[in-house]
Amino acid sequence: MAKILMKGNEAIGAAAIKAGCKYFFGYPITPQNELPEFMSRELHKVGGCFVQAESEVSAINMVYGAAGAGARVMTSSSSPGIALKQEGISYIAGAELPCVIVNISRGGPGLGGIQPAQSDYFQSTRGGGNGDYRLLVFAPASLQEAVDCTMEAFDLADYYRNPVMVIGDGMIGQMMEPIEFNEPVKRELPEKDWATVGTKGARKPNIINSLALDPAELEKHNIKLQAKYKEMEENEVRYEMYNMEDAEVVMVSYGTTARIVKNAIAALKEEGINVGLIRPITLWPFPHKAFEEIPATTKALLSVEMSMGQMIDDVKIASSGRWPVHFYGRSGGMIPTPDAIANKVKEILGGAR
Amino acid sequence: MATQQVICAGFGGQGVMSMGQLLTYAGMIEGKNVSWLPSYGPEMRGGTANCSVVVSDKPVGSPIITDATTAIVMNLPSMIKFEKDLVKDGILLINSSLIDKKPSRDDVKAYFVPANEIANELGNAKVANMVMLGAFLELTKTVEVDSIVAALKKVFGPAKEHLVPMNKDALERGAAAVRA
Repeated sequence: MAKILMKGNEAIGAAAIKAGCKYFFGYPITPQNELPEFMSRELHKVGGCFVQAESEVSAINMVYGAAGAGARVMTSSSSPGIALKQEGISYIAGAELPCVIVNISRGGPGLGGIQPAQSDYFQSTRGGGNGDYRLLVFAPASLQEAVDCTMEAFDLADYYRNPVMVIGDGMIGQMMEPIEFNEPVKRELPEKDWATVGTKGARKPNIINSLALDPAELEKHNIKLQAKYKEMEENEVRYEMYNMEDAEVVMVSYGTTARIVKNAIAALKEEGINVGLIRPITLWPFPHKAFEEIPATTKALLSVEMSMGQMIDDVKIASSGRWPVHFYGRSGGMIPTPDAIANKVKEILGGAR
Repeated sequence: MATQQVICAGFGGQGVMSMGQLLTYAGMIEGKNVSWLPSYGPEMRGGTANCSVVVSDKPVGSPIITDATTAIVMNLPSMIKFEKDLVKDGILLINSSLIDKKPSRDDVKAYFVPANEIANELGNAKVANMVMLGAFLELTKTVEVDSIVAALKKVFGPAKEHLVPMNKDALERGAAAVRA
């Protein structure tokens, strides 16, 4: 199939529909508005349904309901809107239902701004809601990757009966790049025999619930959930390693920031400084095993983020004290420049040579 | 080819976004790596608009442009804002119909194209952006004019195919304006 040029928000919507998404519930917020707009225009053509809810809280609970009925369902929002959805996300995770949540993030905290940011790393990976739950979190760096991750997200959500998040910043939402829609690798997906679709008098009712007042029963449920998360950690980690050979410093960066980092790596190479990149594609599970492949030449790690320093916590855990871990970041919608990143690397290496 | 990093800027309605999109589309048709990144945010009617286009034979790194090889500026605020982002010897394409000042830098190659006058001569003020795009292609050969025409047909669709000849004329007049 020939490549087509699409805006990120629309490409994610198109990918969702290709993956069989039939229902979308959302509430407007910049910079992701083209996504619900696209769904409102396109979903009815495939026999689906788009609803603009009266609030984010309402939208995520509509997702809860549709997921409980076994539908492929999605919602999208941007940072403060995703914050509002956290209660529902925790309930959906607790009730073990599949859905896809897209966060085209913006600067925070609070209402913040509308320019690109990555300050929702904690929110995505640490559970913005309550309880011992995890989301599978994809952080694409290009529109092709956004399309691929979105299409696969629906299968993974069904496979694990768990919400899957796709997080991009405003740049991913707003930019245009050539994309093509490729079928994800086929998975054996279990029947949704838990869905509340009516018993027709033939079976006991299915119950979808996240309330368990018996502590022993709730602990048992949590142990079951943990086993599932363990399986995700073993099987779903994605990352890219770039220019690692003889790297003096290894940067860790994700999403669009990783692309700026690659420009900095090219510039440093011209000056004879070899710098590598570990780019997590899944933020959770975090690619701990990538750190086992760091070469002996590496003197330090540098986490580069569009935040004041969030992923750096995971980088420190993954490094296990083997390397000093430095940080460079911009926030509030300010975007790091390749020059500034390169200068930070030189500072770590003890000045320009 | 060298990586082309192009900033298109002007006020809302001058077609700077579509100029950038056509260039991006044409690059994709030619099998090149491309990205198009718009500015977005609160803006008043008639306010500034700009987009960043990267066309390269290598995978596109950052879609944000900090070292522009070309800036196409359609009005004065855009020239003031973006001339500083040009690399040394970068191309500054100035819409001299609306910009009566010289650029402040003397280490860039400035070209003056009276895009609005040329567009008006062609009978449609809206093709001023295509005049500038024609000049850009003549100077940089980033993509073939034919690819822009193919992109136009895809973007406009069959209903507006009758507008293609005028756009082609505008591209040609823009090219002629910078031909030495």
